[in-house]
Amino acid sequence: MDNRTSPIASLTAAALLSVSLSATAGDLPSREEMWKIIQQQQKQIEALQKDAQTSTVRIEEANQKATAAVEVAEQSQKSVSSAAAWASKTQLGGYGELHYNNLDSKDEIDLHRVVLLLNHQFTDDVRFVSEIEFEHDGDEVEVEQAYVEFDLNQQTSAKAGVFLMPVGILNETHEPATFYGVERNPVETDIIPTTWWAGGAALGGQIGESGFSYDVAVHEGLKTDISNGYKVRKGRQKSSKADANNLASTARIKWTGMPGVELAATVQYQDDITQGTDDSAGEAWLFEAHAQIERGPLALRALYAYWDLDGDGPEAIGADEQSGFYVEPSYKFSLFDQKLGIFGRYNQWDNQAGNGEVDSEKKQYTAGVNYWPIPDVVLKFDMRQQDNEGEQSNDNGWNLGVGYQF
Amino acid sequence: MLSVNRTVLLLLLLFPGMLLAGGVYQEPEDFLAEVFNGEVPEAQVIWLTGPRKEVVTQLLGHRYPSLRVRYWRQGQRTAWILEEIGKTEPITTGFIINEGRIDTVKVLVFRESRGWEIRHSFFTDQFDQARLNEQRQLDRTIDGISGATLSVRALKKLAAMALYLDQQARQRDA
Repeated sequence: MDNRTSPIASLTAAALLSVSLSATAGDLPSREEMWKIIQQQQKQIEALQKDAQTSTVRIEEANQKATAAVEVAEQSQKSVSSAAAWASKTQLGGYGELHYNNLDSKDEIDLHRVVLLLNHQFTDDVRFVSEIEFEHDGDEVEVEQAYVEFDLNQQTSAKAGVFLMPVGILNETHEPATFYGVERNPVETDIIPTTWWAGGAALGGQIGESGFSYDVAVHEGLKTDISNGYKVRKGRQKSSKADANNLASTARIKWTGMPGVELAATVQYQDDITQGTDDSAGEAWLFEAHAQIERGPLALRALYAYWDLDGDGPEAIGADEQSGFYVEPSYKFSLFDQKLGIFGRYNQWDNQAGNGEVDSEKKQYTAGVNYWPIPDVVLKFDMRQQDNEGEQSNDNGWNLGVGYQF
Repeated sequence: MLSVNRTVLLLLLLFPGMLLAGGVYQEPEDFLAEVFNGEVPEAQVIWLTGPRKEVVTQLLGHRYPSLRVRYWRQGQRTAWILEEIGKTEPITTGFIINEGRIDTVKVLVFRESRGWEIRHSFFTDQFDQARLNEQRQLDRTIDGISGATLSVRALKKLAAMALYLDQQARQRDA
């Protein structure tokens, strides 16, 4: 095939191309116009770049301003005024419980207690703790705690003022949501006189990483005599112009070296439990031991307490020995975010255990349910059956209660 | 003549005159230096706004008292220093989260009278390798301490919060 192009064909093609180019050139801007357009576009690009940089700076500035504003707000929350500073170091809390008792001895509704807690943190190491209780709708007003505590080091603290005795399970932890039963158990009512507080000074600490801790305290003693059968509960002076003729000493050792386990023992000594008012009585010793074990939904509480009162007076009516114990297994169910717990408790106690001829022992079987719609609110129901010795009447029946803490 | 009881009482009352140095078990900066072997990364901030704020409020049962939380990140590890009130006082706690699981829990400052047991390893070891389940709860049961219910509850809430914020930080930085 011949690939050569003829002269006529080449001229025809050149003419067509020339016509085509002249037609296109007529639609395009000139070189000067193109240069102007490019310069305008360059200016626009530069302006956009500047805007973008400005926006970035503004965003960064806005971010910094927002951060600064939050810092100022947070700082002002802490220190805008001395009142705010005081408030930030002062905490208000409380708890309370209302009971309905349907027992052989009574059928009543009682606002058993409403308690206000007011604490102030002077520094990380020095704090004030107080607890003011209104009982039976205000019939009784009691200051159960009012002390200043000092952290001496990471393991040791000391306190002075009115504080709760380091004894038993309920005496220091008795918010309604923390225990089973509408009423507190009788052993920690008649043998350990919960709530038991006293004025004095105490030292407490942890023993290394062992899980052991200790408390020692010197404080106002009990003051009881023959007129109330030497009952220890009647001997609480409640730090109200308390007779300090004969102080008492208390020591506790506690082991909480495993989650959910507490083992503790307390001993207390007082050289005269009558404060010198009764020559026929004198020294008093208290021994107490308890265990609390929680494993998942299962829990067990067990406590034993024993008083030894010296002297012919207590001995004559059997009050030289006062003792009791209880065992309380329980099981807690989870209902979505709510909890339901069932428990049983066997209580046995005697405020005249020293005289075998007097039938003074009391026994009580208690069973019931706690329902926590939220962790800090509890509704309670329990039934009890007593089996008391001798001529003592039984006080049977059931109780309802609502309790709360905040 | 002073009785033994009165002498002991006097000594106990004199004790507070000694140097006070309790409560603070480790300064937060010392905690960070320890867990990052002295090379603490630059602090980053996560804001508690929008849905994040709602989730944190749900986890704690109340609003967290700050709009932003600082954290420190090195690879897959994040460090958080958070506070929550036990009974009446804030407990300052450090957390190290590694790939969405708790690596370290350390109570740095404890200001309350009771519940100090939560700072011990026999308690904090229970959180080791814990993570959040789909309901944003810890994936295991943490056994409590008698008499320290509120302190235990505070630490469980903070652990869940640290794990959640770690998730959020990793999603944001991805």
